[in-house]
Amino acid sequence: MGLDIEANKKMIEEILEAYPEKARKDRQKHFEINNEELINCGKCAIKSNMKSRPGVMTQRGCAYAGSKGVVWGPIKDMVHISHGPVGCGQYSWGTRRNYANGQLGIDNFTAMQVTSDFQETDIVFGGDKKLEVICREIKEMFPLAKGISIQSECPVGLIGDDIEAVSKKMAIELGIPIIPVRCEGFRGVSQSLGHHIANDAIRDFLMGKRELAETGPYDINIIGDYNIGGDAWASRILLEEMGLRVIAQWSGDGSINELAIAHKAKLNLIHCHRSMNYMVTTMEKEYGIPWLEYNFFGPTKTAESLRAIAALFDDHIKQKCEEVITKYTPQMDAIIAKFKPRLEGKKVMLLIGGLRARHTLGAYEDLGMEVVATGYEFAHKDDYEKTYPELPEGTIIYDDPTAYELEELAQRLDVDMMGSGVKEKYVYHKMGIPFRQMHSWDYSGPYHGYDGFKIFARDMDMTINSPVWGLLKPGKAGTVRKEEAGV
Amino acid sequence: MKDHLNIPDHNKLFQTEPYVKQREGKKAFEAPCSEQETAEALAYSKTSEYKDKNFARKSLVVNPHKACQPLGALMASLGFEKTLPFIHGSQGCTAYFRSHLSRHFKEPAPAVSSSMTEDGAVFGGMSNLIDGLENSVALYKPEMVAVSTTCMAEVIGDDLQAFISNARQKGAITEELPVPYANTPSFAGSHITGYDSMLKSIISTLYKRSGIEATPGSGEGTGEKLNVILGFEPYTGNFAEMRKILAAFDTKYTFLGDHSGNFDSPATGEYSYYYGGTKLEDVPKAANALGTLSLQKYSVKKTLEYIEGTWKQQTVSMSAPIGITATDRLVDAISELTGLPIPAELIDERGRVVDALTDSHPYLHGKRTALVGDPDLLIGLIQFCLETGMEPVHIVCSNGDNGFKGEAEALLAASPYGAEATVHIGNDLWHMRSLLIDNPVDLSFGSSHLKYAAKDAGVPLIRVGFPVFDRHHLHRYPVIGYQGTLNLLTTVVNTILQNLDDDSSGFNHDLVR
Repeated sequence: MGLDIEANKKMIEEILEAYPEKARKDRQKHFEINNEELINCGKCAIKSNMKSRPGVMTQRGCAYAGSKGVVWGPIKDMVHISHGPVGCGQYSWGTRRNYANGQLGIDNFTAMQVTSDFQETDIVFGGDKKLEVICREIKEMFPLAKGISIQSECPVGLIGDDIEAVSKKMAIELGIPIIPVRCEGFRGVSQSLGHHIANDAIRDFLMGKRELAETGPYDINIIGDYNIGGDAWASRILLEEMGLRVIAQWSGDGSINELAIAHKAKLNLIHCHRSMNYMVTTMEKEYGIPWLEYNFFGPTKTAESLRAIAALFDDHIKQKCEEVITKYTPQMDAIIAKFKPRLEGKKVMLLIGGLRARHTLGAYEDLGMEVVATGYEFAHKDDYEKTYPELPEGTIIYDDPTAYELEELAQRLDVDMMGSGVKEKYVYHKMGIPFRQMHSWDYSGPYHGYDGFKIFARDMDMTINSPVWGLLKPGKAGTVRKEEAGV
Repeated sequence: MKDHLNIPDHNKLFQTEPYVKQREGKKAFEAPCSEQETAEALAYSKTSEYKDKNFARKSLVVNPHKACQPLGALMASLGFEKTLPFIHGSQGCTAYFRSHLSRHFKEPAPAVSSSMTEDGAVFGGMSNLIDGLENSVALYKPEMVAVSTTCMAEVIGDDLQAFISNARQKGAITEELPVPYANTPSFAGSHITGYDSMLKSIISTLYKRSGIEATPGSGEGTGEKLNVILGFEPYTGNFAEMRKILAAFDTKYTFLGDHSGNFDSPATGEYSYYYGGTKLEDVPKAANALGTLSLQKYSVKKTLEYIEGTWKQQTVSMSAPIGITATDRLVDAISELTGLPIPAELIDERGRVVDALTDSHPYLHGKRTALVGDPDLLIGLIQFCLETGMEPVHIVCSNGDNGFKGEAEALLAASPYGAEATVHIGNDLWHMRSLLIDNPVDLSFGSSHLKYAAKDAGVPLIRVGFPVFDRHHLHRYPVIGYQGTLNLLTTVVNTILQNLDDDSSGFNHDLVR
């Protein structure tokens, strides 16, 4: 089963038969099979950014996860309070691998869990007084912290705490920015609203607040790179090599100062459009900074993006851009020469975040792999509009698919690899379907840029071609069939 | 296959010169603290003045060693056959619980959410719960759905009993489907409290529905037997170890809650949502057992009260039996509850583990230790340290109560090896960091979360407890019983020996140790 439009339509219908009628009708709206009309339509898109059905095992998270886990958490020189009960901070502690330089607990607070640990009394009497004390204690315990963000959890919004007033008061008292972020988990339908809320807080509290001593014609920002496994570093190195000056990196390995000086840049480069598009459009409106969406997954897309970026600058940059591409091309050719024969024609299925499914496509194609089904956990209409033209006809596209739908599809499509998150990972291991965590790079990485592609290619090979997949079914007397073990 | 292309990963890549230069260059935009400021602040964080301030803080919590109630409820639910954990409230929580458990066990953790959003906050979550029950039963075909709450549902005061009863009336679920529920607010207790609430709810719900009248010791239904509770148990290997011990006694038993199947399922090419677990029909029959033995007590308080009060059953509870003395107590308890003699094979096994302890004791003796974990695990670790000649110095329990503190202190006071120990309840791992730096130890025991403080203090970490995210397969090996004691001993002594080798300057790189 592959890219046959009619057959795939029928397959989706069969899968959805398991649902009660109301849920089935809703889920039908979240599936499409890519076709000529969708590819050319421009504005067509699947139903997205809608509530998940209760009881169906959605892969989605919440607004808090979007704000603290993604946008604010990686800002390294601030202390981010998970404000509310203990769980949210505990579960998001260190799990996204946002690498940052600095001394943990001294001038870098990324891999820490700082919480107000709400108890019943805080629910009854409110947590505002406690929050004041916490801010003072943070100043005491972490004297080099350059700011504090307050990431509110569900109860904070429900009991009506005034975290804005506390922030205002304490920012004056302590002399550092203290930023309230209303990212209670029940807001919105997924992580996505949390990104938006987090972006609004950056806009309201930090944007344009500081100056850069010296500006230059090549000043740019990297926006929407969370430095998972060091992605932003592997990206930044290319931009600097072609002569650009990265003045701010949002938000992986980011600092409060970079958030506040970013308005001085000449260009915004945005990688994760879904989580930070609000920022680049705001800066465009407020400061007239143009922005460009780029993609550093795989050598083809990386070179395309580097050239698109250079095209916005002078000949000096354009020339250096070509030099960078020329320098890395032999390395990339060697990687492809080694891994493509091992991966050519392998069928991949993806479900990652709000944008990476589209972004990683090029990297798979560089290795000769074929994405047969893909979609997003929490994308919006514009993400899908950009996705259709990237995919061949017959590709199955899904929005907010449930665990059940993905499992059925992966088996029926007989895919060679599934790329998704940790909740899904071990399910596919049981099924004998090679799996790669494409949120955290499965504790590997970086995957961005040329250095990242080397690791990406190696990881896809080790995933798909591991002999362990051949060991799943015992042969006679429990011995392993040789052909399956790849021996 | 030789890798001819040099592909450095993140550990190596970012130490190469271009990246080091990049890091330095980036500082121009970070407005960073000066190196001197950072060095001074680091040095200050290691002073006793800092430690005093650290212990004086009232409201700030940094790196606590506890999770929230519904995570424990999820684990309890997965201890029963074909049971779907259903978490009522905002959906992000469920994603977090599932990820957290998957990261520890390296296994799937199935659970559904009622996915409440803003309108749920205003109008309550009844329609979400009813629709959710209908959808989840259709998709995942459970034989029981165990409902727990998140803080959201608790704060708005959703009435689970009424909602579930309405779901039945509306035909979303059948009358036959058991739906135990537990209120598990995240702003009270911790994961162990949630475990207890859900376990009690499941047991009491199934018992009530069965119509069985408890007659302890009658053995009606399955013969005379024992109930065994393992509690919030992060080791699937501990279930296997208990099975082995009980099999040696040749006694029948029922685990009240056995999530080992769900968190240690085979890879066969097919995935099933449900693996193993206590059979639902065995739960009410457990009311007729001779007695209930629990290997945790702080994580199953309400459950034990229920069993004593409603089933009128004898209960024996102890904390993690780690070490010889504690395992002896476990074996004695089984013997006393069942009236069966202690099997020779266990006595032999005991002797072999004692032999191992005699071989290793010189390396352990006098080693100062720091311990972090859930209350029941800590009691076990303290016992283990004391009887092997190690000296517990710092004990931090974020979710311990005064009962635990008293028990731990009494245990420590009874041994000269416990003379230096201090027990800190309600404290966190940032407190532990100060303790480790201020009063250094040789070894630390705790979850992966302790790795930051251990690294700051330069203390080796023995990973034990929950969660262990950064090492593979430890949960498959028991840490309780004689065998578990041997496993723990092996890890400890070889960690010490590895450090001896790592620290050797050449002449003392000994071949025989």
